[in-house]
Amino acid sequence: MSAAGLPFKNLTRKPGRTWALVLLTAFLSLSLFAGSVVVMSLQSGLRSLEARLGADIIVVPAAAKTKTDFQNILLQGTTGAFYMDAGLLDQIAAAEGVEKAAPQTFLATLKADCCSSRLQVIGIDQQADFTVQPWIAQSSSRELGPLEVAVGSDISAGVGDTLRIYRQSCPVVARLSPTGTGLDTAVYCSMETMKTLLEAAEEMGVSHKVTSDNAEEVISAVYVKVAEGASVDQVATSLMSHPRWKVAVVQTRSMITDVSDGLAGVASAVKVLIGAVWALSFVILLVVFALLTNERKREFAVLRLIGASRRSLRRLILTETGLVCLLGGCLGIAVGAAVIFLFTALIESALGLPYLTPDGGKIALVAVLSLLGTALMGALASARTAWHLSRVDTGSILREGN
Amino acid sequence: MSLLEIKNVSKIYGELKALDNVSIHVDQGEWVAIMGPSGSGKSTMMNIIGCMDKPTMGEVLLDGVDIAKESSKRLTDIRRDKIGLIFQQFHMVNYLTAVENVMVSQYYHSMPDEEEALEALGRVGLRERARHLPSQLSGGEQQRVCVARALINHPELILADEPTGNLDEANENIVLDLFRQLHREGTTLIVVTHDPEVADAAQRTIVLEHGKLVKEVINEHFEA
Repeated sequence: MSAAGLPFKNLTRKPGRTWALVLLTAFLSLSLFAGSVVVMSLQSGLRSLEARLGADIIVVPAAAKTKTDFQNILLQGTTGAFYMDAGLLDQIAAAEGVEKAAPQTFLATLKADCCSSRLQVIGIDQQADFTVQPWIAQSSSRELGPLEVAVGSDISAGVGDTLRIYRQSCPVVARLSPTGTGLDTAVYCSMETMKTLLEAAEEMGVSHKVTSDNAEEVISAVYVKVAEGASVDQVATSLMSHPRWKVAVVQTRSMITDVSDGLAGVASAVKVLIGAVWALSFVILLVVFALLTNERKREFAVLRLIGASRRSLRRLILTETGLVCLLGGCLGIAVGAAVIFLFTALIESALGLPYLTPDGGKIALVAVLSLLGTALMGALASARTAWHLSRVDTGSILREGN
Repeated sequence: MSLLEIKNVSKIYGELKALDNVSIHVDQGEWVAIMGPSGSGKSTMMNIIGCMDKPTMGEVLLDGVDIAKESSKRLTDIRRDKIGLIFQQFHMVNYLTAVENVMVSQYYHSMPDEEEALEALGRVGLRERARHLPSQLSGGEQQRVCVARALINHPELILADEPTGNLDEANENIVLDLFRQLHREGTTLIVVTHDPEVADAAQRTIVLEHGKLVKEVINEHFEA
């Protein structure tokens, strides 16, 4: 028998009631923990997307679906390819208001014998690139050599493995840090490697020719950094309206704003859901504790009778609540963590937004805060009960039924 | 030497005088019965002596301390340190075993000692039932656990309200024998009862009616 012994015995010898309370508090902590991690992952994904895009404008071919395809490659990790004449790069780079221009060429692999799996391959100009190259530099100190590739964090191959792309053996020399975007499912190579892969694909009947031109070389997109003092809108309009180029432009700011709006919508929905779960759970806890007040009046009168002070009775109830919240809170967080981490890919694809799980330290902090929040909720809900029970009229209650 | 001295105590609820200028004294080691019909003020008296209520007027000196003037917290301390309470209903904590019910009283008094708690249960003939929950004990057994719990901290005063009211004859005799034993050991007993046989077991009987002390009878046949 100890200070913790009495509440512990009450909880263990009333298992039905205890588990009902534990499950309720588990539901509370699960909603808070999982909801918070999802919102944080979305915010983290957005920051990562901003960092990875790095350009002000992205120029793509003007075909009807190109912009959508491009955004899907970036955000959803779908595969796709579209091409324009590589000669456009120099013209875009020379356009007024353009400070930097770097090309990317896309190639989607096949789910066939020729390839390891269906992948999005992105070729970059390692000298000109200012978006992907800094990211690769975080994982590899050297440039990508012939046929060498760097893989996104969602690709199952690691450094030392070899990917088969259109019958070419491509050694993996770097594995990139996660971004929470579709870029994590892509494979990156130099423009020279991409040229080889395009030729190999061509030999297998996968066309990458620009339909209207007879371009010798092709690219898929040009990432443009606008010069300081120039207007992004004006440069975008000028690039898009060029009579011979037939290009469309994606303004990264507007793309990020779209993603940010989507994120704000999802975050608001998650917050409303958490609020609703908490309000409902708080009301249920209040009702449960109010019922317990009546059920336990006699027990507390007995304890008063044998010398328990009001303060010790309040402590008893709060300790019981604390134990329930601790158990329920940990259970909720464990279930929440399992769901969040086991179904990351599913959540990511269901939300259709950049989703980057925060690091372990931040998640641990969210777990601790969720536990504290659950404990605070339990304490608030049981405070009224604790006060009522500590003020029971010992004599009259114990004489009831005499 | 007087353990309890009640001087001109009244308890008034609105228009009702539950106790009306009552004066009683109980000596150390004495066994006193309080009798009276329903509404006579017995329960009010029990509440005041048991530090569960305060009088409207008058003094209640328990071991020299006027409990009528003490704070609620101090009354809890006095009740815990000096008084063992027994009620007609068998008030046990239903999720604790018999021995834990006794130990919880030790816990709030000083320090739990399982061996001492088992000895107390042995004294009421329930050592073998120590690990049983209240739901596994008969009414008589539960009341005996309550007696063991009341005497575990060696109180100066045992205050019992209809302690045999829900017991069969065999258990009533067990409880009365326990009271006799406690009395022989020097414990002061105040027993509120309707039962003349229980009152006859005491040294002295005080009769209340309509909140007033109407009679005091010395039991000349009292056997210690």
